[in-house]
Amino acid sequence: MVTTAEQAEVAAKNIGGTVVIKAQVLVGGRGKAGGVKIAKTPEEAGERAAEILALTIKELPVEKLLVAPAADIKQEFYLGLALDRNTKGVLLMVSKAGGVDIEELAVSSPEQILKLAIDPVKGIQDTELRQTLSAVFETPKLLEQAHDTVTKLYRLFVEKDCSLVEINPYGLVENETLVALDAKVNFDDNALYKHPDIESLKNLEEYSADEIEANKHGLSFVSLDGEIGCIVNGAGLAMATLDIIKLYGGSPANFLDVGGSSNPEKVLNALSIILGNPNCKAVLINIFGGITRCDDIAKGILMAMDQIDIKLPLVIRLIGTNDKEGRKLLTDRGLEVAESLSEAVEKVVSVA
Amino acid sequence: MSILIDEKTQVLVQGITGRDGAFHARAMTADGTKVVAGVTPGKAGEKLDAIPVYSTVKEAMAQHRIDATVIFVPAKFSSAAVREAADAGVPLIICITEGVPVLEMIHNYSYVQERGLRLIGPNCPGLISPGKCKIGIMPARIHKPGGIGVISRSGTLTYEVVYNLTMAGMGQSTCVGIGGDPVIGSNFIDMLKLFEADPDTTGVVVIGEIGGEDEEAAAEYIRDHMSKPVAAFISGRSAPPGKRMGHAGAIISGGKGTSEAKVKAFHEAGVPVANKPDEIPGILTDLLQAT
Repeated sequence: MVTTAEQAEVAAKNIGGTVVIKAQVLVGGRGKAGGVKIAKTPEEAGERAAEILALTIKELPVEKLLVAPAADIKQEFYLGLALDRNTKGVLLMVSKAGGVDIEELAVSSPEQILKLAIDPVKGIQDTELRQTLSAVFETPKLLEQAHDTVTKLYRLFVEKDCSLVEINPYGLVENETLVALDAKVNFDDNALYKHPDIESLKNLEEYSADEIEANKHGLSFVSLDGEIGCIVNGAGLAMATLDIIKLYGGSPANFLDVGGSSNPEKVLNALSIILGNPNCKAVLINIFGGITRCDDIAKGILMAMDQIDIKLPLVIRLIGTNDKEGRKLLTDRGLEVAESLSEAVEKVVSVA
Repeated sequence: MSILIDEKTQVLVQGITGRDGAFHARAMTADGTKVVAGVTPGKAGEKLDAIPVYSTVKEAMAQHRIDATVIFVPAKFSSAAVREAADAGVPLIICITEGVPVLEMIHNYSYVQERGLRLIGPNCPGLISPGKCKIGIMPARIHKPGGIGVISRSGTLTYEVVYNLTMAGMGQSTCVGIGGDPVIGSNFIDMLKLFEADPDTTGVVVIGEIGGEDEEAAAEYIRDHMSKPVAAFISGRSAPPGKRMGHAGAIISGGKGTSEAKVKAFHEAGVPVANKPDEIPGILTDLLQAT
């Protein structure tokens, strides 16, 4: 693993022969984006490394590179296990045509990707698995290796509560040997509490400072590039609120779901994160109380007003569980509270 | 009439002595629901107001007729709670809890199915037949008895839609929050079937969001099997692709599950899609007048 072109050159020299240089970013499609290159000499490795380090792949700047010996790959296969909400199970996907074009292939020639639905209640049915794999891995030696790999991947999937486990490319090199040349694993956030080993691998670099701060306070937060800060309860309503802001010609600065059972602290934290964003020109608080109580939200807003100097206009919409109590707390302090969402959005767009 | 629950439904609350369980057991009772018993392990013999508390679902079932149970226990224990309810044979199990691991839910789903029972949720607001029975966390007073069926993957967005229906004078037969997780107990189609068969439901609103293909499947079902008018709303139309927005389910991937694909599927099925929740009453009124 290296971080500069010079280091890449040195690494290539130490490895000797042809090397492959791979961008280390936590997104798929990096090969397609020019993030994987071959170099025959150390000098060339330095040049290619400099090119890759200048890239931004799916909004992520490339800061680390992996330099590895280039394998003489005769064929690239694809192996993937993914959670399938339609069959309520795990879907095994295998293809002879692995590599960087697998996503396009899934759309253009789905028949080239063989699928097998695995019911986690019953586990893998070995006969079915062999049947599916034998259509892709045509010699006994390849079949045995693929069978062994899939069986282990499935165990990983189930034991670590994954949502995706993928080897792509699964390369055929000399002596009929299959090698995992790259892999991607996604985990179910809801199950992370069972796997502290996985939780500790969480790479905070892929999140913005705001997102990390929000995460610490148990808020679901995504940075966006607009001007209207949003605090909403519930993901569905939060997304709809952003949609309506856009519909009225505004642009949201973030997605923020304060979640259910909200305590006043969460609102205080949410407001201080949003107000820390220099692009933000106005804040919309849209709460439809169910399990969230409007008086808790109102208390949080008042706490924030006491602790932070709020210079931006606040537009508040509060309705649902304990909304009378909540609204009274706010109007007693001279704040206006809207009842209709369209009205609140129209207002926040006009003041932003 | 209504679907799944009505004025006769007797309800059990699992996790009744917890903060949320207690708050909502009281709220449901205040809204006229027959909450006949509660369960919290180790708290048998206690009472929440007049509601007797038992240690297990089985013990509660021995003393009361239970038609439905609602689960308010923390995510770590909610799968065990679902299975306990299924073992006891509660016909309708509603799991409000958010954060249940997906693989656990896959097992829970089969467990409930094998026993011929019905699961709603998890990560959902529950359901309400206004004026008759509320099993969940929605504010009852925004609802009004009437003929519109509401099915939604979201919680608070459902309230938004219901509030707009009520303000426009359109009451609801039953509103069901099916939950926002990738694997849920009952889907849009399960609920559409019930609404189609319910004589008192005159029209249906389907509230979807980005991620998964349940809306696309629902659109096809509506085209082929629904005689009653249906209007739709999809949230997440402005969400940047690949960014996760809170719901485990709301992930756009592989060209499927995008808002465009869902809106297109509904349009092709002849189902109008509202741009904002407050457009839904007008759309439904037009559809109902046309039939």
